Amino acid sequence: MNEQITLEVLRYRPEESSKQIYQSYDVPFKKEWVILDALNYIKDELDGTLSYRWSCRMGVCGSCGMMVNGEPVLSCASFLETFHPGPIRIEPLENFPVVRDLVSEMSDFMEKLERVQPWLIRKDEDPPEGEYLQTPSQLMDYKNYSMCINCMLCYSACPVYGLEPSFLGPAAIALGQRYNLDSRDQGEKIRNAVLSEDDGIWQCTLVGECSAVCPKDVDPAAAIQRLKVSTTVDFFKSFLMPWQNR
Amino acid sequence: MPDNHEYIKYHPRWHRTPIPVFWWIQKWVYIKFILRELTSIAVMSFALVLLFHVRALIQGPQAYSDLTELLSTPISLILHSIALISLLYHSITWFSLAPKALTVRIGKWRIPDQLIIGMNMLAWIFISFVIGWLMVTM
Repeated sequence: MNEQITLEVLRYRPEESSKQIYQSYDVPFKKEWVILDALNYIKDELDGTLSYRWSCRMGVCGSCGMMVNGEPVLSCASFLETFHPGPIRIEPLENFPVVRDLVSEMSDFMEKLERVQPWLIRKDEDPPEGEYLQTPSQLMDYKNYSMCINCMLCYSACPVYGLEPSFLGPAAIALGQRYNLDSRDQGEKIRNAVLSEDDGIWQCTLVGECSAVCPKDVDPAAAIQRLKVSTTVDFFKSFLMPWQNR
Repeated sequence: MPDNHEYIKYHPRWHRTPIPVFWWIQKWVYIKFILRELTSIAVMSFALVLLFHVRALIQGPQAYSDLTELLSTPISLILHSIALISLLYHSITWFSLAPKALTVRIGKWRIPDQLIIGMNMLAWIFISFVIGWLMVTM
């Protein structure tokens, strides 16, 4: 018989119970399978009622984030082999309300993302004919932060967000900084006013796990620390050089 | 997520997992973080001891020799050793985090993170050495 591996999936079905329960499934152990393949196998062959999100199955869409053995990961990028011989614990992302099984509620992030105004802010009223030009080295200034796929693994790894849900959080701040560092953008002041509010960068205690778990190697922890430095410098500048405030 | 959404009929019944008080002992990285935060107590204790030194100096030779006698008891030596280890841990992790907050450029060249850490460490060791040398020779 082919080798099997056990997945212990934390399920939540609000119409049946207000509690979460673990349900075990035995799936074929295949070297080329990722966790998402195993979940799709469960959905197709064993239990059609299991709910989870996924889309691209190639680490681009950021839909399939979940806790695997206690670590936030993209289930499309985590091979069964890594967790052999199992069992493998699958849970919904931490720090978010659970809608059903492995599906988390993320509208909180969407609202926060909008607050940091992650788009080009320009002082000129009309956009130029053609495009705003940028050199490759100017692109490198912010490229790392632009790789974010909004998968929410960083929020799940951040104990500050878990304890203080009003915290803007790693991805939203990193994406704000992404536009601050963009040579085409002129909205740093407007954005920093939001980023340095009570719920912004100063809530961060630099646990650093946001950067450790990021599947796209974005470094939100660095974005936050650099913002702490630059907003502090701006704060003192506004006293020492008030003529620049306008 | 803040619990402030208005009641909507047929709104999904979300499940919220409460954060346990001892969340920080569930993962080694969180334990390390909390330990690092706790080392600040060692920083504070050294600052306090320094203040007591100043007070003893103001009070005169008798008070100062009383203080040094108190500080040379075994319990004080043990506490100081713990504080020293905590301070070293605090300083080393602090300098290792420096590149997170600093991006230094010379022209177009961005100084690599390891070099920033190295320069910070070297400056730290050099300044400590100079202070130590001044203490011994002056």
